[in-house]
Amino acid sequence: MPPETVPPAAVPAEPLSRVPLSPEPPLVDDHRRLEAGLDRLQTRAPARRSPLRRALATALPPVVFVVLLVVAWQAAVVLLDLSPDVLPSPAAVAGAVGAAWASGTLPAAVATSVGRAFVGYALALVVGTALGLLLAEVRPIRRAVGPVVSGLMVLPSVAWVPAATLWFGLSDALVTFVVLMGGVPSIALGLVAGVDQVPPQLRRVGRVLGAGRFRQSVDIVFPAALPGYLAGISQGWAFSWRGVLAAEIIAVGGSLGTGVGALLQQSREATDLAGVLGAILVILAIGIAVELALLAPVQRRVLRGRGLAPGGAS
Amino acid sequence: MGTPSAEAASASAPAPAAGVRLAPSFDGGAPARRVSPAPVAIRVEHVAQRYGDGPLVLDDVSLEVARGEFLCLLGASGCGKSTLLGLLAGLDAPTSGTVAIPAEGAAAMFQESALLPWLSARRNVELALKLRGVGRAERRTRALELLDLVNLADAAERRPHELSGGMRQRVALARALAQDRPVLLMDEPFAALDAITRDVLHDELERVWRATGRTIVFVTHNVREAARLGERVVLLGSRPGRVVREWRVARTHGRRIESPEVGALATEITEHLRREIRRNAA
Repeated sequence: MPPETVPPAAVPAEPLSRVPLSPEPPLVDDHRRLEAGLDRLQTRAPARRSPLRRALATALPPVVFVVLLVVAWQAAVVLLDLSPDVLPSPAAVAGAVGAAWASGTLPAAVATSVGRAFVGYALALVVGTALGLLLAEVRPIRRAVGPVVSGLMVLPSVAWVPAATLWFGLSDALVTFVVLMGGVPSIALGLVAGVDQVPPQLRRVGRVLGAGRFRQSVDIVFPAALPGYLAGISQGWAFSWRGVLAAEIIAVGGSLGTGVGALLQQSREATDLAGVLGAILVILAIGIAVELALLAPVQRRVLRGRGLAPGGAS
Repeated sequence: MGTPSAEAASASAPAPAAGVRLAPSFDGGAPARRVSPAPVAIRVEHVAQRYGDGPLVLDDVSLEVARGEFLCLLGASGCGKSTLLGLLAGLDAPTSGTVAIPAEGAAAMFQESALLPWLSARRNVELALKLRGVGRAERRTRALELLDLVNLADAAERRPHELSGGMRQRVALARALAQDRPVLLMDEPFAALDAITRDVLHDELERVWRATGRTIVFVTHNVREAARLGERVVLLGSRPGRVVREWRVARTHGRRIESPEVGALATEITEHLRREIRRNAA
């Protein structure tokens, strides 16, 4: 028979005053200490880095890379003796952007384009999420509509511009429509993929805990689907922003104000290569800024909270 | 008790007829009879299970579990022990036969902790309370009490990925207790843990069982684990699963995984388990 209680010799010799006056028998206390020891051995305190160092570690590599690109660009222009109508120097492009900014045309164009993109994207979020919910949860709809929505992913948003011009004329509705057709499939399919990838154990736990269909969706399935949904939302932004530019480059005039896309087109007509490249960089910068400033932090927080490391293991 | 000679005796004992209830040969002889017969918590009668046109998974399984009893269901792969547990949990309906569990239902725990990765340990336990209809104010206190019961009060605000495997299973245990059902079903809950952690969790589970008086059905393929934990061990044969034999343990206090009587019972059960597996060779 194993001993029912711990023999006195096994208790560490401590001064009486330090022995806790716990109502628990020594065996239970022993067990607690054993378990606490195991827990300490089997877990590691998460490494905490200062926010400054973390920000630096995130921001530095891309900045260095961009600087290298610009240096290579400048070197190419100088070494290969390229004329400005083949490849203007970085300084010339920056000058073109600066001039456009100072004249007020660029800020107005950026405001117009970003405003349109946000309106269209907000609508795409609402429609895409609703569609995604239907596709994920209603089997007949999934079977019938799913393949068509997947097919829409393949269709470039530009393809909608001629049709939208005929339907809506040269108005903001045209741009909104194109953005919607670009953004909705990504968002909906992201949500569907997220729901499909919910581990079956979690659904089973929901059932065992007595969750009905509604609580199962709200408490288990959708939180579990969040990473996939956020990936779709992020991709949806990329498609929305592309849609805005596609519409602006092709459709000009009417009640359509001058967006960045129109500016790009105007520079082309003026054979101003520095202006064209400048506009491209502005478009790129806005797309990246929205992604980095608004979407990436949310995504990162969600993934970190689940012990997933965004951007590979750290 | 539990001397080497007892082990040798049990190993060489003649095979009794299947289905005869016997105590382990070293365990005082007579089967443990409760002072007053405890009411039955779970009754399984002539249950057969088959999926589609597939082979029979369970064949005429009948089983009674007394209220407050700790029953271990033991068997090799393919004996349908997890299937049987699924039937008890109400995740499935038997092809034929009846399964009766208390009206309040059963709580369940699985090999993988299946904690929600976006919730802290406390919030995971609170979810079970919430789905049971416990008010918001009471949930927090109750969840912390339960986490303290499994010695995890300090880790209440940590997310599952910050916990070790053993800690996660303890949170899952706290969550199962939060369901406040009279029956606790456990499907190989410690199978994925290292041996040291598993031993500690055996002690933990035994303590929780004694403190809460739950009826526990514990499925395992680990003979020693069954001998360590069970008041009663039921051996299921494989393909199709049917009850082969069962053992009752009279003295359940103070058992450890290394206790001689646990080893002796495990030796005896292993003998029968192997015989059952050899039967499948042909």
